Amino acid sequence: MKRIVVTILAAMLTVPALAIDQGETFEDPEMQARYERLISEVRCLQCQNQSIKDSNVTLATDLRRQIARMIEDGSSDAEIADFLVTRYGDFVLYRPRMSGKTLMVWIAPFALALIGLVGLVRVVRHRASLPFEDEVEEGKTE
Amino acid sequence: MNRFILPLVIVIGLIVFLVMGLQHGDPRALPSPFIGKPAPEFELPTLKNPEVVIGTDNFAGKYTLVNVWATWCVMCQAEHGFLMDLAASKSIPIYGLNWRDSRPDAIRWLGRLGDPYIASAFDPDNRVGMDWGVYGAPETFLLDPEGTVVYKHLGPLDPAIWEREFLSRMQEASP
Repeated sequence: MKRIVVTILAAMLTVPALAIDQGETFEDPEMQARYERLISEVRCLQCQNQSIKDSNVTLATDLRRQIARMIEDGSSDAEIADFLVTRYGDFVLYRPRMSGKTLMVWIAPFALALIGLVGLVRVVRHRASLPFEDEVEEGKTE
Repeated sequence: MNRFILPLVIVIGLIVFLVMGLQHGDPRALPSPFIGKPAPEFELPTLKNPEVVIGTDNFAGKYTLVNVWATWCVMCQAEHGFLMDLAASKSIPIYGLNWRDSRPDAIRWLGRLGDPYIASAFDPDNRVGMDWGVYGAPETFLLDPEGTVVYKHLGPLDPAIWEREFLSRMQEASP
């Protein structure tokens, strides 16, 4: 019995695999921050609801390495985004860029909010113009 | 009565929209951004002979298939029989892009299952794969005689897909 308890306790002590190999590290903290930010904004296409920061599949590793290399070579964020989009399409960026194809994605939330707001204002105005219920009641009794 | 018509129309519209979305096939399949554009240029040593180099130049002049494969890719094995049949029919030249693989493994694999490819380019570190936007093997690119990417298929090929997605696109273009 004691042995079983010890085994179970020992098993609980093991650290679950935390190892997503982030791979690249930079001397310059600014570059490191840029790197961290960029890789969290790129979608892993093999595992589509993760960023390449959170994923350890081969393609994510390749893309992290590629992005690190481009940062070292002095590429701007826009150049890195360009590199990815020409190869993998707009879907690869979690924040798609404004373009003809992605315009809907950007406009839709605001358009829907506007429609809702207009609807709300109309309903409220309409209700406000209605007589109060007790007034109606009074009208009836008169 | 009248006040229900607008919401009803909106709801029906939404349902139609969502059902269309569901029937879109594989939700993981993304259209290649290269469709309608020239295939990205590359040069790589072939799998079987590192001294021989193949590249985009080899694809010009004819409709060509470029099939991305690897020995670790289960679905590649599933489509291999079809590729062998297609190669035997001589209807289209098939080139391979051996992706993130080891040379001995890949050569052994072709020895065991047969080699449908005119040649396979050997890309162990995803250099060309990245330029071509490859994100999951098997992927198959259809190039037209000018070297433009006409279509990309994600997942294993079979006769039905071949007829529906590939043959139709080749006939469309030829006069």
